[in-house]
Amino acid sequence: MIKKIVLMGNPNVGKSVVFSRLTGANVIASNYPGTTVDFSKGKMRIKGKPIEIIDAPGTYSLQPTNKAEEVAFKMLKEADMVINVVDATNLERNLYLTLELLEKNIPVIVVLNLWDETRHLGIHIDEKKLEKLLGVPVVPTIALTGEGINTLVTRIKEARTNEEIKPTSEEGRWIEIGSIINKVEQVEHRHHNIRDIISDLTIKPITGIPISFGIIFCAFWLVRLIGENLITYIFDPIFNELYHPLIIRLSEWIGPGFIHKLLIGEFGVEINFIESLGLLTTGLYIPFAAVLPYIISFYFTLSFLEDSGYLPRLATLVDNVFHRLGMHGHGIIPMFLGLGCNVPGALSTRTLESRKQRFISATLLAICVPCMAQLAMVFGVLGRYGLYYIGLVFLTLAILYIVIGLILNKFVKGESPEIFLEIPSYRRPSLKATFKKTWMRIRWFLREAIPYLFLGVLVINFLYFIGVLQWFGNAVQPVMVGLFGLPGDASIALITGFLRKDIAVGMLVSLNMAPLQLVIAVTMLTVYFPCVATFAVLIKELGIRDMLKSAAIMMGVAVIVGFLLRIILLGI
Amino acid sequence: MNKKTIPLTHLSLRGEAKIIELVGGRGFQRRLRVMGVREGQKIKVVSKQPFHGPLTVAINGCQMTLGRGMAQRIIVEEL
Repeated sequence: MIKKIVLMGNPNVGKSVVFSRLTGANVIASNYPGTTVDFSKGKMRIKGKPIEIIDAPGTYSLQPTNKAEEVAFKMLKEADMVINVVDATNLERNLYLTLELLEKNIPVIVVLNLWDETRHLGIHIDEKKLEKLLGVPVVPTIALTGEGINTLVTRIKEARTNEEIKPTSEEGRWIEIGSIINKVEQVEHRHHNIRDIISDLTIKPITGIPISFGIIFCAFWLVRLIGENLITYIFDPIFNELYHPLIIRLSEWIGPGFIHKLLIGEFGVEINFIESLGLLTTGLYIPFAAVLPYIISFYFTLSFLEDSGYLPRLATLVDNVFHRLGMHGHGIIPMFLGLGCNVPGALSTRTLESRKQRFISATLLAICVPCMAQLAMVFGVLGRYGLYYIGLVFLTLAILYIVIGLILNKFVKGESPEIFLEIPSYRRPSLKATFKKTWMRIRWFLREAIPYLFLGVLVINFLYFIGVLQWFGNAVQPVMVGLFGLPGDASIALITGFLRKDIAVGMLVSLNMAPLQLVIAVTMLTVYFPCVATFAVLIKELGIRDMLKSAAIMMGVAVIVGFLLRIILLGI
Repeated sequence: MNKKTIPLTHLSLRGEAKIIELVGGRGFQRRLRVMGVREGQKIKVVSKQPFHGPLTVAINGCQMTLGRGMAQRIIVEEL
């Protein structure tokens, strides 16, 4: 009786797309290897019987070389049946895993995905003959459009083992694969087409490096353009024209007291959506009007970049720099994802091979990569003084990334293996898929971040109410003033930053600091500690001991940087 | 015929070669082979990043990036 089906295959063959087609579940798929680093579970029904389906991370063989592949290997042990998703444009390499799976005596069905791509590439595969040779069902699919998925579902029951395939040596498998390929595959000679030319231009250093600067610049420009317009024309008018009058009436109706303070803010003071710190004012305005527009624009842009297949090329171009920082080019992926939210960034460090690389990548992520929620607030708060101040924050963080990376590379023990990464063909991102992915990530933000935001506002109000924050502010005032040139109350924002960095930035506004002081406070807020959600994920990924080391580095760096910035920017 | 074998790093851009040997432990060899870098396959260098950066190669119409150190241990014969 089949209860559990596991989807297995090489990285970047479209397993996640097949999975979402089968289960109707929404999972993230991208055009670079290693998007799925954890498994997703889903359910489907065959003839009324529920079956659990698991989407395992991609793996090239059943001998794991990184953490994501280990997860895949563990999944296999629990499976009653495997759907082996194969990249039809790359049959030879993919068949290695197929043969390994068939040796395990577990029922298998093979899916030849990316079937449409074979035509563009002049590859002809005789799938009937392949089915005969492998002794298990073979179903061609185009998961992106859904073609072939129905056939797959009806043929699931035909999945079987092939007793004739016995465990053999690595050489034995390759000989077997060679003979299968000879019988089923023909490849036409093909001329260089426009896709190949673009691919070459973007990966050769002379043209690729200027292009990469251009693309990154355009990406940030697009994020700002979309984000600002969403705020100016949609979110701000809603809050200012529609919501503000409502809140004023509510304020009069509630009157002074604790409830007013909690929901709206100080009574009698003009309502300010960023500074009032009420659940219905700041608690709603920050996530929806200040952060959400940038989350939308960032994830839209990122999804577009991911689906095109550009990121592995970027990883190739930056490999040199990242190798000096103890990682390799793939280290740019956690950094990019981290700019949206540090949590997925921290999870994606799993695709790095060694403990040293994961440690460096995670530590640098937590210290130097501000998430979009924080960035949006920084733009909102510092933007009014000019781009110069925002530039200072970014410059400091970039210098820190490089300096700390160089130092960690020197002192952290362990190996940093070299880059070894598949470069997928460019694909035209489908607008529908991009929108869907953007929406999934936004929903994730709404579900995960907003409870913390509300909790943050609640906790702060409570701590204010019982006087703990004032006491703490007074206690560390000498440090804040003496060491960093900041008002004592900035410490309160730093505590809040542990819950949500975006509210913390908002709290800094009410302290009436000079722009340069704001630069120091905002930079320290990024550096000193990750938010609680990221912290939890990092403990899981690095283990308690490494996380403690990492946290010590963060605190140390925050103090040093705060002090240095104070000397450089404010003078003694 | 006297054909020279050279490390992949010495192969010129656009030049084509046949892979003769992977020099290294079993784990290293397996890791390369499952990604398609195997003895007997034809290989082309698509790009070399400066300052000892990685190489991008094409095998069987599929491309991958690998570090210099790894490329040094892939012995090829120019065609």
